[in-house]
Amino acid sequence: MSTKYMFLIYTDEADMAGVTPEQWDQMLQAHNAWAASVVEAGATIHGGDALAPSATATTVRTGGAAPVVTDGPFAETKEALGGFYLVECADLDQALALAHTLPANTVEVRPVVDTS
Amino acid sequence: MTESVALAVERAHCSEWGLVLAAVARLLDGDLATAEECTQEAFEAALRTWGDRGVPARPGAWLTTTAKNRAIDRIRREAAMRARFPDLVREEIEPAPEEDDVIVDDRLRLVFTCCHPALAPEARIALTLRLICGLTTGEIARAFLVPEPTMAARITRSKKKIAAAGIPYRVPAESDLAERLDGVLTVIHLVFTAGYASAGERLVRDELVDRALDLARVLVVLMPEEPEVLGLLALLELTDARRAARVDAQGRLVVLEDQDRGAWDRAAVSRGEALLARAFGLVVRGDAGPGRFLLQAAIAGAHDEAPSWEATDWPGIVLLYDRLRAVWPSPVVDVNRAVAVAFATGPADGLALLDALTGREDLRTWHYLPAARADLLRRLGRRAEAAEAYTAALVLVSDGAERAFLRRRLAEVGGTA
Repeated sequence: MSTKYMFLIYTDEADMAGVTPEQWDQMLQAHNAWAASVVEAGATIHGGDALAPSATATTVRTGGAAPVVTDGPFAETKEALGGFYLVECADLDQALALAHTLPANTVEVRPVVDTS
Repeated sequence: MTESVALAVERAHCSEWGLVLAAVARLLDGDLATAEECTQEAFEAALRTWGDRGVPARPGAWLTTTAKNRAIDRIRREAAMRARFPDLVREEIEPAPEEDDVIVDDRLRLVFTCCHPALAPEARIALTLRLICGLTTGEIARAFLVPEPTMAARITRSKKKIAAAGIPYRVPAESDLAERLDGVLTVIHLVFTAGYASAGERLVRDELVDRALDLARVLVVLMPEEPEVLGLLALLELTDARRAARVDAQGRLVVLEDQDRGAWDRAAVSRGEALLARAFGLVVRGDAGPGRFLLQAAIAGAHDEAPSWEATDWPGIVLLYDRLRAVWPSPVVDVNRAVAVAFATGPADGLALLDALTGREDLRTWHYLPAARADLLRRLGRRAEAAEAYTAALVLVSDGAERAFLRRRLAEVGGTA
């Protein structure tokens, strides 16, 4: 039995703003290496990408009479959601071990609800 | 139902609850909520049937089989719907005992799952007391001074997280073991200190101390080669040896310096010392140095060995604190080390170290720092400053016995609360 986990990567956007093309390449290589290690560990990556900065975010709040659309991310914090992976793991221990090796400072690991 | 049956069930509840639950949880693939229900039902069944048929020769085995059969009944009910598990057969009551290593594995799995780092620290403690020790939600709530519904919600939430987040029901891999084991030992130590520090009823506090000792003893049986496991039990034994001397006939706190050392439990001290020797023997043969629980145990042992406060090996204790600080840097260790320095080389030296720690953000709300300063100022004859420091400590202290002690000291140096 395995569970899909969403790895939500939070980054300090101030740090990311000054990244040079060389640094960006290094980060991509680090992520590629990580992805290879996931496969080696027997887990499966179902998807993942980097997100554009939170300044580009638009939030839609529904539940009221009409949906309210506002500029900016849902929560304004120093660290913002900067990317994600969807990884199928044997259990939480494997997910945490893989999240630990991700080239990122803060990773929130959330089980994905199986709605099938 | 005769009194002896009730007593037998109660005794089994104390010693067997965790074993029974661990065995059922394995059968149920780590479904702890259902395992808990089946265990509860087995104890209820014991109350009903032991009266008629007598207490079985091996109550633990009877309870385990009964609880497992409840679990199998449930699996079957589900299986009937899904037409799976055709081969599951109910066990006969009182089967041959399980292999010892299977039982060891079951209990360790339960311990490591309840103390998983993905659970909040207070949730780990609550789950450990409920699932391994079998304390009721009400008892745990009273021990930690929270309303029972709050504690019930905390436990339910944790069990849900274990299931939903996929926290595995197993002993961690060798590579994670040291770190995860430290988490387990921390939970047991917190249960113990909660028993000492809790402002709750006396009976509840003793219960927590006893359960922490039980858990530490079980862990020593399960992992006899782990120095830190031996170190934790040694620490608890060597600290608890002084339980009877900690409070006087009026229920007032007696500090270590003033305790009647003749009232210390010498048997507990011997048990602790033997564990220390075993643990240090293992450390000498291994590659890692002594860990934080073993070093704290060695400090407790140095106090227990001393014939008096004055004749304590203070320089030795300072050295132990130095090593403790190296493996476990903590402001609490710094404060305790400063106090040891005060008695090794003089109160002024200790006071200088404490003054250097004053103002640290992480010590701001801890009453022990101003209380320790006050004590050294008192010894130096600086009564006005001592009174000021006692007053500062009184603002921060929450425990009633400690408050009363600080008030007495404040009066001694001529201050008023």
